[in-house]
Amino acid sequence: MAGNEITSAEYIKHHLTNLTFGNHPDHGWMLAHTAEEAREMGFWAIHIDTMFWSLGLAALFSYYFYKAAQKASAGVPGPLQNFVEMIVDFVNDNVRGSFSGRNAMVAPLAMTIFVWIFLMNLMDLVPVDLIPWITAHLGIHYMKVVPSTDPNVTFAMALGVFFLIIFYSIKIKGVGGFVGELTGMPFQTSNLLLKPFTTVINLILEGVNLLAKPVSLSLRLFGNMYAGEMIFILISLMYSAGWVMGIFGGGLQFIWAVFHVLVITLQAFIFMVLTIVYLDMAHAEHH
Amino acid sequence: MNINLTLIAQLASFAVFVWFTMKFIWPPLVKAMDERKAKIADGLAAAERGEHEQELARERAAEYLHAAKQQAAEITTKAEKQAALIVEDAKSKAQEEGARQLAAAQAEIEQEVNKAREALRAKVAELAVTGAEKILRREIDADAHKDIVETVAEQI
Repeated sequence: MAGNEITSAEYIKHHLTNLTFGNHPDHGWMLAHTAEEAREMGFWAIHIDTMFWSLGLAALFSYYFYKAAQKASAGVPGPLQNFVEMIVDFVNDNVRGSFSGRNAMVAPLAMTIFVWIFLMNLMDLVPVDLIPWITAHLGIHYMKVVPSTDPNVTFAMALGVFFLIIFYSIKIKGVGGFVGELTGMPFQTSNLLLKPFTTVINLILEGVNLLAKPVSLSLRLFGNMYAGEMIFILISLMYSAGWVMGIFGGGLQFIWAVFHVLVITLQAFIFMVLTIVYLDMAHAEHH
Repeated sequence: MNINLTLIAQLASFAVFVWFTMKFIWPPLVKAMDERKAKIADGLAAAERGEHEQELARERAAEYLHAAKQQAAEITTKAEKQAALIVEDAKSKAQEEGARQLAAAQAEIEQEVNKAREALRAKVAELAVTGAEKILRREIDADAHKDIVETVAEQI
Protein backbone atom coordinates (compact mmCIF):
# COMPACT_ATOMS: atom_id res chain seq x y z
CA MET A 1 0.00 0.00 0.00
CA ALA A 2 2.11 2.78 -1.29
CA GLY A 3 0.36 5.87 0.01
CA ASN A 4 -3.20 6.35 1.15
CA GLU A 5 -4.39 8.59 -1.62
CA ILE A 6 -4.05 6.08 -4.46
CA THR A 7 -7.17 4.59 -5.97
CA SER A 8 -7.96 0.92 -6.23
CA ALA A 9 -7.20 0.93 -9.94
CA GLU A 10 -3.82 2.48 -9.31
CA TYR A 11 -3.11 0.00 -6.57
CA ILE A 12 -3.86 -2.95 -8.85
CA LYS A 13 -1.92 -1.49 -11.72
CA HIS A 14 1.00 -0.85 -9.45
CA HIS A 15 1.01 -4.46 -8.39
CA LEU A 16 0.96 -5.66 -11.95
CA THR A 17 3.93 -3.62 -13.12
CA ASN A 18 7.35 -5.15 -13.29
CA LEU A 19 10.55 -3.45 -12.26
CA THR A 20 11.75 -2.79 -15.78
CA PHE A 21 15.17 -1.75 -16.92
CA GLY A 22 15.47 -0.87 -20.58
CA ASN A 23 16.26 1.46 -23.41
CA HIS A 24 13.68 4.25 -23.44
CA PRO A 25 13.47 6.05 -26.79
CA ASP A 26 13.62 9.46 -25.07
CA HIS A 27 15.73 8.86 -21.99
CA GLY A 28 18.09 6.04 -22.97
CA TRP A 29 18.89 3.11 -20.61
CA MET A 30 17.03 3.55 -17.34
CA LEU A 31 14.62 2.03 -14.84
CA ALA A 32 11.04 2.63 -15.90
CA HIS A 33 9.19 4.94 -13.50
CA THR A 34 5.73 4.11 -14.78
CA ALA A 35 4.01 1.32 -16.64
CA GLU A 36 3.75 3.61 -19.67
CA GLU A 37 7.49 4.13 -19.73
CA ALA A 38 8.03 0.41 -19.48
CA ARG A 39 5.75 -0.14 -22.46
CA GLU A 40 7.52 2.52 -24.49
CA MET A 41 10.80 0.69 -24.01
CA GLY A 42 9.56 -2.04 -26.35
CA PHE A 43 11.54 -5.21 -26.65
CA TRP A 44 14.82 -3.89 -25.31
CA ALA A 45 13.89 -4.03 -21.69
CA ILE A 46 14.32 -6.57 -18.96
CA HIS A 47 12.21 -7.28 -15.91
CA ILE A 48 14.70 -7.13 -13.09
CA ASP A 49 12.28 -8.42 -10.45
CA THR A 50 11.30 -11.42 -12.58
CA MET A 51 14.92 -12.25 -13.29
CA PHE A 52 15.92 -11.79 -9.67
CA TRP A 53 13.21 -14.00 -8.18
CA SER A 54 13.31 -16.72 -10.82
CA LEU A 55 17.10 -16.97 -10.78
CA GLY A 56 17.15 -16.72 -6.99
CA LEU A 57 14.71 -19.59 -6.70
CA ALA A 58 16.64 -21.54 -9.31
CA ALA A 59 19.81 -20.98 -7.32
CA LEU A 60 18.08 -22.08 -4.13
CA PHE A 61 16.85 -25.24 -5.83
CA SER A 62 20.25 -25.90 -7.41
CA TYR A 63 22.07 -25.38 -4.14
CA TYR A 64 19.99 -27.77 -2.07
CA PHE A 65 19.63 -30.41 -4.75
CA TYR A 66 23.32 -30.18 -5.59
CA LYS A 67 24.17 -30.60 -1.94
CA ALA A 68 21.92 -33.64 -1.73
CA ALA A 69 23.37 -35.04 -4.96
CA GLN A 70 26.92 -34.65 -3.70
CA LYS A 71 26.19 -36.46 -0.49
CA ALA A 72 23.91 -39.04 -2.07
CA SER A 73 24.86 -42.55 -1.12
CA ALA A 74 23.20 -45.92 -1.09
CA GLY A 75 23.17 -45.87 2.70
CA VAL A 76 20.45 -44.57 4.98
CA PRO A 77 19.44 -41.16 3.57
CA GLY A 78 19.35 -38.00 5.65
CA PRO A 79 16.29 -35.74 5.74
CA LEU A 80 17.42 -33.51 2.84
CA GLN A 81 18.38 -36.46 0.69
CA ASN A 82 15.15 -38.17 1.56
CA PHE A 83 13.13 -35.16 0.48
CA VAL A 84 15.08 -34.71 -2.74
CA GLU A 85 14.82 -38.40 -3.54
CA MET A 86 11.10 -38.28 -3.01
CA ILE A 87 10.85 -35.62 -5.72
CA VAL A 88 13.23 -37.50 -7.99
CA ASP A 89 11.21 -40.66 -7.53
CA PHE A 90 7.97 -38.83 -8.21
CA VAL A 91 9.33 -37.31 -11.43
CA ASN A 92 10.92 -40.58 -12.45
CA ASP A 93 7.64 -42.43 -12.03
CA ASN A 94 5.87 -39.91 -14.24
CA VAL A 95 8.55 -40.07 -16.90
CA ARG A 96 8.51 -43.84 -16.89
CA GLY A 97 4.75 -43.87 -17.13
CA SER A 98 4.45 -41.44 -20.01
CA PHE A 99 7.72 -41.52 -21.89
CA SER A 100 8.44 -44.63 -23.90
CA GLY A 101 11.65 -43.58 -25.67
CA ARG A 102 15.17 -43.57 -24.33
CA ASN A 103 16.46 -40.11 -23.55
CA ALA A 104 18.56 -39.17 -20.54
CA MET A 105 17.45 -35.57 -20.83
CA VAL A 106 13.71 -35.90 -20.30
CA ALA A 107 13.69 -36.79 -16.62
CA PRO A 108 16.07 -34.02 -15.48
CA LEU A 109 14.17 -31.59 -17.70
CA ALA A 110 10.90 -32.66 -16.14
CA MET A 111 12.25 -32.29 -12.64
CA THR A 112 13.70 -28.86 -13.39
CA ILE A 113 10.36 -27.73 -14.78
CA PHE A 114 8.37 -29.14 -11.90
CA VAL A 115 10.51 -27.78 -9.10
CA TRP A 116 11.21 -24.43 -10.67
CA ILE A 117 7.60 -23.72 -11.57
CA PHE A 118 6.50 -24.90 -8.17
CA LEU A 119 8.92 -22.57 -6.42
CA MET A 120 7.98 -19.63 -8.63
CA ASN A 121 4.30 -20.31 -8.03
CA LEU A 122 4.97 -20.64 -4.32
CA MET A 123 5.92 -16.97 -4.21
CA ASP A 124 2.24 -16.34 -4.75
CA LEU A 125 1.56 -17.45 -1.18
CA VAL A 126 3.74 -14.68 0.21
CA PRO A 127 1.31 -11.88 1.18
CA VAL A 128 1.05 -9.64 -1.89
CA ASP A 129 2.09 -6.46 -0.14
CA LEU A 130 4.91 -7.81 2.03
CA ILE A 131 7.87 -7.81 -0.32
CA PRO A 132 6.79 -4.70 -2.33
CA TRP A 133 6.40 -2.87 1.00
CA ILE A 134 9.94 -3.87 2.07
CA THR A 135 11.47 -2.93 -1.28
CA ALA A 136 9.55 0.33 -1.38
CA HIS A 137 11.34 1.27 1.82
CA LEU A 138 14.61 0.36 0.10
CA GLY A 139 13.75 2.75 -2.72
CA ILE A 140 12.57 0.20 -5.29
CA HIS A 141 9.17 1.26 -6.46
CA TYR A 142 7.95 -1.72 -8.46
CA MET A 143 8.31 -5.31 -7.35
CA LYS A 144 6.41 -8.25 -8.76
CA VAL A 145 7.48 -11.25 -6.77
CA VAL A 146 5.73 -14.10 -8.60
CA PRO A 147 7.83 -14.81 -11.70
CA SER A 148 5.25 -17.17 -13.18
CA THR A 149 2.77 -14.28 -13.50
CA ASP A 150 5.19 -12.77 -16.00
CA PRO A 151 4.37 -14.16 -19.48
CA ASN A 152 8.04 -13.86 -20.36
CA VAL A 153 8.83 -16.65 -17.94
CA THR A 154 6.09 -19.00 -19.02
CA PHE A 155 6.70 -18.34 -22.69
CA ALA A 156 10.42 -18.85 -22.26
CA MET A 157 9.88 -22.25 -20.70
CA ALA A 158 7.27 -23.25 -23.24
CA LEU A 159 9.54 -22.12 -26.07
CA GLY A 160 12.38 -24.15 -24.59
CA VAL A 161 10.14 -27.19 -24.60
CA PHE A 162 8.96 -26.31 -28.12
CA PHE A 163 12.52 -26.17 -29.43
CA LEU A 164 13.20 -29.53 -27.86
CA ILE A 165 10.09 -30.98 -29.49
CA ILE A 166 11.25 -29.79 -32.91
CA PHE A 167 14.84 -30.83 -32.26
CA TYR A 168 13.95 -34.37 -31.23
CA SER A 169 11.30 -34.74 -33.92
CA ILE A 170 13.93 -33.99 -36.55
CA LYS A 171 16.61 -35.99 -34.78
CA ILE A 172 14.51 -39.13 -34.45
CA LYS A 173 12.51 -38.99 -37.66
CA GLY A 174 14.74 -36.91 -39.89
CA VAL A 175 13.67 -33.75 -41.66
CA GLY A 176 11.68 -35.78 -44.15
CA GLY A 177 9.92 -37.69 -41.44
CA PHE A 178 9.03 -34.55 -39.54
CA VAL A 179 7.76 -32.78 -42.62
CA GLY A 180 5.92 -35.93 -43.61
CA GLU A 181 4.26 -35.98 -40.23
CA LEU A 182 3.17 -32.39 -40.70
CA THR A 183 1.83 -32.86 -44.21
CA GLY A 184 0.89 -36.52 -44.54
CA MET A 185 -1.76 -36.63 -41.84
CA PRO A 186 -4.58 -36.82 -41.00
CA PHE A 187 -5.84 -36.81 -44.64
CA GLN A 188 -4.15 -39.33 -46.87
CA THR A 189 -4.59 -39.82 -50.58
CA SER A 190 -2.79 -41.52 -53.41
CA ASN A 191 -4.51 -39.34 -56.00
CA LEU A 192 -1.84 -36.98 -57.39
CA LEU A 193 -4.39 -34.30 -58.18
CA LEU A 194 -5.70 -34.25 -54.65
CA LYS A 195 -2.26 -34.49 -53.07
CA PRO A 196 -1.40 -30.74 -52.97
CA PHE A 197 -4.84 -30.06 -51.59
CA THR A 198 -4.55 -32.53 -48.68
CA THR A 199 -0.98 -31.47 -48.04
CA VAL A 200 -2.00 -27.87 -47.45
CA ILE A 201 -4.90 -28.83 -45.24
CA ASN A 202 -2.74 -31.24 -43.28
CA LEU A 203 -0.04 -28.62 -42.85
CA ILE A 204 -2.56 -26.14 -41.50
CA LEU A 205 -4.09 -28.66 -39.13
CA GLU A 206 -0.82 -30.13 -37.90
CA GLY A 207 0.84 -26.72 -37.78
CA VAL A 208 -1.88 -25.43 -35.49
CA ASN A 209 -1.55 -28.60 -33.47
CA LEU A 210 2.19 -28.09 -33.12
CA LEU A 211 2.03 -24.39 -32.33
CA ALA A 212 -0.77 -24.92 -29.86
CA LYS A 213 1.58 -26.91 -27.65
CA PRO A 214 3.86 -24.09 -26.44
CA VAL A 215 1.03 -21.56 -26.48
CA SER A 216 -1.24 -23.68 -24.36
CA LEU A 217 1.61 -24.66 -22.04
CA SER A 218 2.62 -21.10 -21.32
CA LEU A 219 -0.82 -19.50 -21.32
CA ARG A 220 -2.27 -22.12 -19.01
CA LEU A 221 0.39 -21.50 -16.39
CA PHE A 222 0.40 -17.76 -16.91
CA GLY A 223 -3.38 -17.50 -16.80
CA ASN A 224 -3.74 -19.53 -13.65
CA MET A 225 -1.05 -17.71 -11.79
CA TYR A 226 -2.05 -14.28 -13.02
CA ALA A 227 -5.64 -14.87 -12.00
CA GLY A 228 -4.59 -16.22 -8.63
CA GLU A 229 -2.37 -13.22 -8.01
CA MET A 230 -5.16 -10.91 -9.11
CA ILE A 231 -7.53 -12.42 -6.59
CA PHE A 232 -4.98 -11.97 -3.83
CA ILE A 233 -4.64 -8.34 -4.86
CA LEU A 234 -8.40 -7.84 -4.86
CA ILE A 235 -8.69 -9.46 -1.45
CA SER A 236 -5.95 -7.24 -0.08
CA LEU A 237 -7.95 -4.22 -1.33
CA MET A 238 -10.51 -5.08 1.35
CA TYR A 239 -8.02 -4.26 4.08
CA SER A 240 -8.39 -0.57 3.30
CA ALA A 241 -12.20 -0.72 3.60
CA GLY A 242 -12.63 -0.78 7.35
CA TRP A 243 -11.89 -3.43 9.94
CA VAL A 244 -15.04 -5.53 9.33
CA MET A 245 -14.12 -5.93 5.67
CA GLY A 246 -10.54 -6.40 6.75
CA ILE A 247 -11.36 -9.41 8.92
CA PHE A 248 -13.58 -10.80 6.17
CA GLY A 249 -10.75 -10.29 3.71
CA GLY A 250 -8.33 -12.06 6.03
CA GLY A 251 -10.63 -15.09 6.08
CA LEU A 252 -10.95 -14.98 2.32
CA GLN A 253 -7.23 -14.70 1.88
CA PHE A 254 -6.69 -17.76 4.05
CA ILE A 255 -9.25 -19.80 2.10
CA TRP A 256 -7.87 -18.68 -1.24
CA ALA A 257 -4.31 -19.43 -0.12
CA VAL A 258 -5.28 -22.95 0.92
CA PHE A 259 -6.97 -23.47 -2.41
CA HIS A 260 -4.00 -21.93 -4.16
CA VAL A 261 -1.64 -24.49 -2.64
CA LEU A 262 -3.48 -27.01 -4.78
CA VAL A 263 -3.38 -24.76 -7.84
CA ILE A 264 0.34 -24.03 -7.74
CA THR A 265 1.23 -27.70 -7.32
CA LEU A 266 -1.21 -28.75 -9.99
CA GLN A 267 0.07 -26.19 -12.49
CA ALA A 268 3.67 -27.27 -11.96
CA PHE A 269 2.61 -30.89 -12.33
CA ILE A 270 0.58 -30.25 -15.50
CA PHE A 271 3.44 -28.37 -17.12
CA MET A 272 5.79 -31.23 -16.31
CA VAL A 273 3.48 -34.00 -17.49
CA LEU A 274 2.60 -32.22 -20.73
CA THR A 275 6.28 -31.64 -21.42
CA ILE A 276 6.92 -35.35 -20.99
CA VAL A 277 3.98 -36.25 -23.19
CA TYR A 278 4.94 -33.79 -25.94
CA LEU A 279 8.50 -35.08 -25.96
CA ASP A 280 7.20 -38.64 -26.05
CA MET A 281 5.16 -37.73 -29.11
CA ALA A 282 8.25 -36.19 -30.66
CA HIS A 283 10.10 -39.47 -30.08
CA ALA A 284 7.32 -41.75 -31.23
CA GLU A 285 7.37 -42.89 -34.82
CA HIS A 286 3.86 -43.40 -35.97
CA HIS A 287 3.23 -44.47 -39.51
CA MET B 1 2.98 -7.53 -19.13
CA ASN B 2 5.28 -6.78 -22.02
CA ILE B 3 7.15 -9.43 -23.93
CA ASN B 4 10.72 -8.22 -24.00
CA LEU B 5 14.32 -9.16 -23.42
CA THR B 6 13.26 -11.01 -20.30
CA LEU B 7 12.01 -13.77 -22.58
CA ILE B 8 15.47 -14.35 -24.05
CA ALA B 9 17.13 -14.10 -20.66
CA GLN B 10 14.65 -16.55 -19.19
CA LEU B 11 15.14 -18.91 -22.10
CA ALA B 12 18.90 -18.85 -21.54
CA SER B 13 18.61 -19.36 -17.81
CA PHE B 14 16.14 -22.18 -18.36
CA ALA B 15 18.61 -23.89 -20.67
CA VAL B 16 21.47 -23.46 -18.20
CA PHE B 17 19.31 -24.65 -15.37
CA VAL B 18 18.22 -27.78 -17.22
CA TRP B 19 21.80 -28.46 -18.20
CA PHE B 20 22.92 -28.09 -14.60
CA THR B 21 20.25 -30.45 -13.35
CA MET B 22 21.04 -32.95 -16.03
CA LYS B 23 24.75 -32.82 -15.42
CA PHE B 24 25.17 -32.50 -11.67
CA ILE B 25 21.95 -33.24 -9.86
CA TRP B 26 20.07 -36.00 -11.58
CA PRO B 27 22.74 -38.65 -12.24
CA PRO B 28 24.21 -38.95 -8.72
CA LEU B 29 20.77 -39.03 -7.15
CA VAL B 30 19.43 -41.68 -9.47
CA LYS B 31 22.64 -43.67 -9.11
CA ALA B 32 22.41 -43.59 -5.34
CA MET B 33 18.75 -44.57 -5.43
CA ASP B 34 19.41 -47.44 -7.80
CA GLU B 35 22.27 -48.61 -5.65
CA ARG B 36 20.11 -48.50 -2.57
CA LYS B 37 17.39 -50.38 -4.39
CA ALA B 38 19.87 -53.09 -5.33
CA LYS B 39 21.18 -53.17 -1.76
CA ILE B 40 17.71 -53.57 -0.32
CA ALA B 41 16.89 -56.30 -2.82
CA ASP B 42 20.10 -58.09 -1.88
CA GLY B 43 19.30 -57.76 1.79
CA LEU B 44 15.83 -59.15 1.30
CA ALA B 45 17.16 -62.05 -0.74
CA ALA B 46 19.76 -62.76 1.95
CA ALA B 47 17.10 -62.68 4.64
CA GLU B 48 14.99 -65.12 2.70
CA ARG B 49 17.99 -67.37 2.17
CA GLY B 50 18.79 -67.22 5.87
CA GLU B 51 15.24 -68.14 6.73
CA HIS B 52 15.38 -71.09 4.38
CA GLU B 53 18.68 -72.23 5.85
CA GLN B 54 17.29 -71.96 9.33
CA GLU B 55 14.36 -74.10 8.29
CA LEU B 56 16.75 -76.71 6.91
CA ALA B 57 18.87 -76.62 10.05
CA ARG B 58 15.78 -77.08 12.19
CA GLU B 59 14.78 -80.10 10.14
CA ARG B 60 18.28 -81.52 10.38
CA ALA B 61 18.34 -80.97 14.12
CA ALA B 62 15.01 -82.76 14.48
CA GLU B 63 16.39 -85.66 12.47
CA TYR B 64 19.51 -85.83 14.64
CA LEU B 65 17.42 -85.72 17.77
CA HIS B 66 15.22 -88.53 16.54
CA ALA B 67 18.22 -90.69 15.64
CA ALA B 68 19.87 -89.99 18.97
CA LYS B 69 16.72 -90.97 20.84
CA GLN B 70 16.51 -94.20 18.90
CA GLN B 71 20.13 -94.96 19.56
CA ALA B 72 19.72 -94.25 23.24
CA ALA B 73 16.73 -96.57 23.40
CA GLU B 74 18.73 -99.31 21.68
CA ILE B 75 21.61 -98.87 24.05
CA THR B 76 19.31 -99.03 27.06
CA THR B 77 17.68 -102.22 25.85
CA LYS B 78 21.04 -103.78 25.20
CA ALA B 79 22.33 -102.75 28.60
CA GLU B 80 19.24 -104.12 30.30
CA LYS B 81 19.67 -107.41 28.50
CA GLN B 82 23.30 -107.58 29.49
CA ALA B 83 22.51 -106.74 33.07
CA ALA B 84 19.95 -109.54 33.20
CA LEU B 85 22.50 -111.87 31.72
CA ILE B 86 25.08 -110.91 34.29
CA VAL B 87 22.66 -111.35 37.16
CA GLU B 88 21.61 -114.73 35.81
CA ASP B 89 25.22 -115.77 35.48
CA ALA B 90 26.07 -114.67 38.99
CA LYS B 91 23.07 -116.52 40.36
CA SER B 92 23.99 -119.77 38.73
CA LYS B 93 27.62 -119.41 39.80
CA ALA B 94 26.58 -118.79 43.37
CA GLN B 95 24.32 -121.79 43.32
CA GLU B 96 27.09 -123.96 41.98
CA GLU B 97 29.49 -122.69 44.59
CA GLY B 98 26.95 -123.26 47.33
CA ALA B 99 26.36 -126.82 46.19
CA ARG B 100 30.06 -127.45 46.01
CA GLN B 101 30.68 -126.10 49.47
CA LEU B 102 27.72 -128.07 50.83
CA ALA B 103 29.10 -131.25 49.31
CA ALA B 104 32.52 -130.55 50.76
CA ALA B 105 31.06 -129.89 54.18
CA GLN B 106 28.97 -133.05 54.01
CA ALA B 107 32.01 -135.10 52.99
CA GLU B 108 34.00 -133.66 55.86
CA ILE B 109 31.20 -134.35 58.26
CA GLU B 110 30.95 -137.91 57.03
CA GLN B 111 34.66 -138.33 57.43
CA GLU B 112 34.49 -136.96 60.93
CA VAL B 113 31.59 -139.25 61.72
CA ASN B 114 33.45 -142.26 60.35
CA LYS B 115 36.52 -141.30 62.31
CA ALA B 116 34.51 -140.90 65.45
CA ARG B 117 32.75 -144.19 64.79
CA GLU B 118 36.09 -145.94 64.26
CA ALA B 119 37.40 -144.40 67.48
CA LEU B 120 34.21 -145.30 69.31
CA ARG B 121 34.31 -148.81 67.97
CA ALA B 122 37.93 -149.25 69.10
CA LYS B 123 37.03 -147.79 72.47
CA VAL B 124 34.00 -150.04 72.87
CA ALA B 125 36.04 -153.05 71.89
CA GLU B 126 38.61 -152.07 74.38
CA LEU B 127 35.96 -151.40 76.99
CA ALA B 128 34.31 -154.71 76.27
CA VAL B 129 37.56 -156.49 76.47
CA THR B 130 38.40 -154.62 79.65
CA GLY B 131 34.98 -155.44 81.08
CA ALA B 132 35.21 -159.00 79.97
CA GLU B 133 38.69 -159.26 81.34
CA LYS B 134 37.45 -157.98 84.63
CA ILE B 135 34.60 -160.41 84.60
CA LEU B 136 36.62 -163.32 83.30
CA ARG B 137 39.76 -162.64 85.20
CA ARG B 138 38.46 -164.87 87.69
CA GLU B 139 37.43 -167.68 85.38
CA ILE B 140 38.73 -167.39 81.75
CA ASP B 141 41.84 -166.79 79.93
CA ALA B 142 41.79 -163.74 77.66
CA ASP B 143 43.38 -165.58 74.81
CA ALA B 144 40.98 -168.46 74.93
CA HIS B 145 37.91 -166.20 74.44
CA LYS B 146 39.37 -163.59 72.24
CA ASP B 147 37.43 -164.49 69.12
CA ILE B 148 34.10 -164.22 70.95
CA VAL B 149 34.96 -160.81 72.27
CA GLU B 150 36.00 -159.66 68.82
CA THR B 151 32.79 -160.86 67.28
CA VAL B 152 30.83 -158.89 69.82
CA ALA B 153 32.89 -155.80 69.20
CA GLU B 154 32.38 -156.26 65.47
CA GLN B 155 28.62 -156.18 65.93
CA ILE B 156 28.52 -152.93 67.82
